[in-house]
Amino acid sequence: MKLHEYQSKLIFAEYGVPIPKGRVAATANEAKQIAEELGGRVVVKSQVLVGGRGKAGGIRLAKSPSEAEELATQILSMEIKGLPVRKVLIDEAANIEHEIYLGITNDRAARRPVMMASSEGGVDIEEVARVTPEKIIKAHIDPLMGLQGYQARDIAAGIDLPRELWRSFGKIAESLWQAYKKSDATLAEINPLVITSDNKLVAVDGKMVLDDSALFRHPDLAEKRDLDVEAPAEIEARKYGLSFIKLDGDIGCMVNGAGLAMTSMDVIKFFGGEPANFLDIGGGANAEKVAAAFRIILSDPNIKAVLINIFGGITRGDEVARGILTAMKEVKPKVPMVVRLVGTNAEEGRQLLANANMITANTLADAAKKAVAAAKGEDIK
Amino acid sequence: MSILVDKNTKLIGQGVTGREGLFHAERMFAYGTNLVAGVTPGKGGEWILDGKVPVFDSVKLAKEATDANATVIFVPSRFAADAMFEAADAGIKLIITITEGIPVQDMMRVRNYLDQKGARLVGPNCPGLLTPGEAKVGIIPGDIAIPGDVGVVSRSGTLTYEVLYALKELGMGVSTCVGIGGDPINGTNFIDVLRLFEEDPQTKKVVLIGEIGGTDEEKAADFIQKHMTKPVAGFIAGQTAPPGKRMGHAGAIVEGGTGLAADKIKALEAAGVRIAKHPEEIPLLLQN
Repeated sequence: MKLHEYQSKLIFAEYGVPIPKGRVAATANEAKQIAEELGGRVVVKSQVLVGGRGKAGGIRLAKSPSEAEELATQILSMEIKGLPVRKVLIDEAANIEHEIYLGITNDRAARRPVMMASSEGGVDIEEVARVTPEKIIKAHIDPLMGLQGYQARDIAAGIDLPRELWRSFGKIAESLWQAYKKSDATLAEINPLVITSDNKLVAVDGKMVLDDSALFRHPDLAEKRDLDVEAPAEIEARKYGLSFIKLDGDIGCMVNGAGLAMTSMDVIKFFGGEPANFLDIGGGANAEKVAAAFRIILSDPNIKAVLINIFGGITRGDEVARGILTAMKEVKPKVPMVVRLVGTNAEEGRQLLANANMITANTLADAAKKAVAAAKGEDIK
Repeated sequence: MSILVDKNTKLIGQGVTGREGLFHAERMFAYGTNLVAGVTPGKGGEWILDGKVPVFDSVKLAKEATDANATVIFVPSRFAADAMFEAADAGIKLIITITEGIPVQDMMRVRNYLDQKGARLVGPNCPGLLTPGEAKVGIIPGDIAIPGDVGVVSRSGTLTYEVLYALKELGMGVSTCVGIGGDPINGTNFIDVLRLFEEDPQTKKVVLIGEIGGTDEEKAADFIQKHMTKPVAGFIAGQTAPPGKRMGHAGAIVEGGTGLAADKIKALEAAGVRIAKHPEEIPLLLQN
C-alpha cells in the first residue's frame, strides 16, 4: 500500500526526520490560508500516487498566498496519469543548496533491508542506478541488530557529505530506519533530502510503501489507503478476500491458487486469446466467495467468455459449483462459460453443473482452447 | 530414497488444533505420515485424531516427549514468526511453514535467525512436501502422485498439483515434491532443492516450476548449467502478468524491469532446461 507524500513525511517527522513546515489542503481557499500562516514563498504540491508530478505541472512555486490559491485551483482540477488530484500539500519553500537521496527498501536477494544514498538527489533513483550505479552507496541492515552508527557514517562519507553534517545525517538515517521498521514499510524514501543555504538537512519529499501483510498491526496506517489508485472491481474483490487484477482482454478467469491463475492466463494467451483478469479465489473458498468472484468477473463489459479452472485440494469442486449456480441465478450471464473441475469432489461438482448449460473440459489446454474459440463466437459443445 | 522427508521423519504440527490445521493433520496422518505430536499453547494434555496424537503446550515439551525432528506450521500469519523462532530454539532442524501472509520484515528476522541456528526452513506460503507412499507434510493432496523417479520443486501450490496430476496420468511417479513457496523472503530455494535432487539416487529427472518475481530462477539456471547432470524440465508462470502488480503471491511481481518470465525462460533454456508451453506438456518433455 502506497502512502502520499504528506502522509509519509508526517510519519518520518514522528520519528525525528526534519521536514518543512506545511499542511495539506483540499480546497484553494484552505491552500491560501496555509500559505498566509507560513508566510513567504510556498510550494504547492499535488498529492497523487504516481511519479512524475513535477513534469506534469503538479508541483509549483508560489510567491504569495494569492498565487498559492491560484495554483491550488489549477492543480486541484488536474488529473495526473489518470488520477484526480484531491489534495495539495502547501510547504514552506526551502533554500536549496544541494539535493541528496536517502532511502531504505527490502533487498529480496540479500534477504535484508538495504539503505541507499546518493549525492545525486531529486532525480529518479532507478535512473541513477542504471546509468551511474557507482554513485549509489549501499549498506545492508541486519534485521535482528538494526542500523548501526558506523553504517550511517560510511554512507555519509561515501556520498561526500560535509563532515559537519554527519551527525545530523546519522540522526536522520536512524529516524528513517525506525520509521521503516515500526511501520512495516517495504520502502521509505527521502528524495530529495536537501542541504539548505543555512547548512541544515531537510526532507523535502517523502514516499512510503507499506507491507499489506503487516497492516493488521497498523490499523491507523491501514485507514490511509487511497482507493483512487485501484479499479473498483479490485476494491470489491478485497472485501471478499479475493485476489483480483483487471487486465485488458476479453476472457474472464476464475482459478484457485495464484500460480495456477497466472498459468491459466498464460495458456489462454498461448492459444491465441487475451485474459480479462487475474483472479485467485484462494484455498478453501466457499460458495459465497465463489459467487462474489463470479459477479466481479461478469461486471466487466468486455467479457466474451469465462474460463473456470479449479484444481480441488482444500477447495472442493462441489462448493465451487454451488457458488457458480448461486451467482448465475443473480447475474444471468449471456457469455459462454468453460468449466474444468479436477481433484477433491470434482465429480460432485460436475454433476451439479450438468444442467447449467456450460462447456466442460478435461485438461487445462483443452479448457483454454475452448474458451478462446468461444470468445471468438465459435460454436462449441 | 527421497529428499527432506520420508517414513522415518518424526513430525510435529504447530497449530493443528485449529479448523484448517486439524483438517490437514487428519489427512497427513491418514496418508501414513509419522505425525507424533501437535503443539498449541494452552491445549497441552489434549489429544487429537481420535486420541492418537498428543498435544503439547510448547515445541520444547513436544520434542522432549517424542524426539521429533521436523515441524509443520499452520499457525495464523500474525503468530507464525513466533512459532518458527520457537521451533528453532527447541532444536528442530526442519521447519515447514504453510502459513500465507506473514509480514516481510518478520520473515527477514526469522530467516536470519534460523540461519544462525542451522535450521532449514521450507516456505512460508507453500504447500509443503510430499514423498509419495512415505510422508505428506503440508497440504498437497496425497492421491495425485505416485512413487517414482521425478523430483519436483515449485514456488506454487495448485499449479504444482496440476503437474503432479499430469505426471500421474502418464504413469510417471515422483521421488519428492517440494513446494518452496510464493513469498519474496523464503527459506529453502531452488538451488538447495536442485542440489538435493542431484545427490539423491532415486531421483533421475527433475521438474522446476517457477514464476515471475525475483531472480531465483536465473540463479537456478546458473546452478543447473554448472552442477546438474540430471535432465530438468520446467514451466514459468506469469508470462502475461502486467508489471508492478502482485499476482496473488507476495513474491510474484515484476518491478524495475526484473522478475520477467521471459528472462527466466531464456536463462533456463540456455542452461539446457526444457521449458513447457503449458504445464500439461511437462511430462512429455521428460519422456524423450
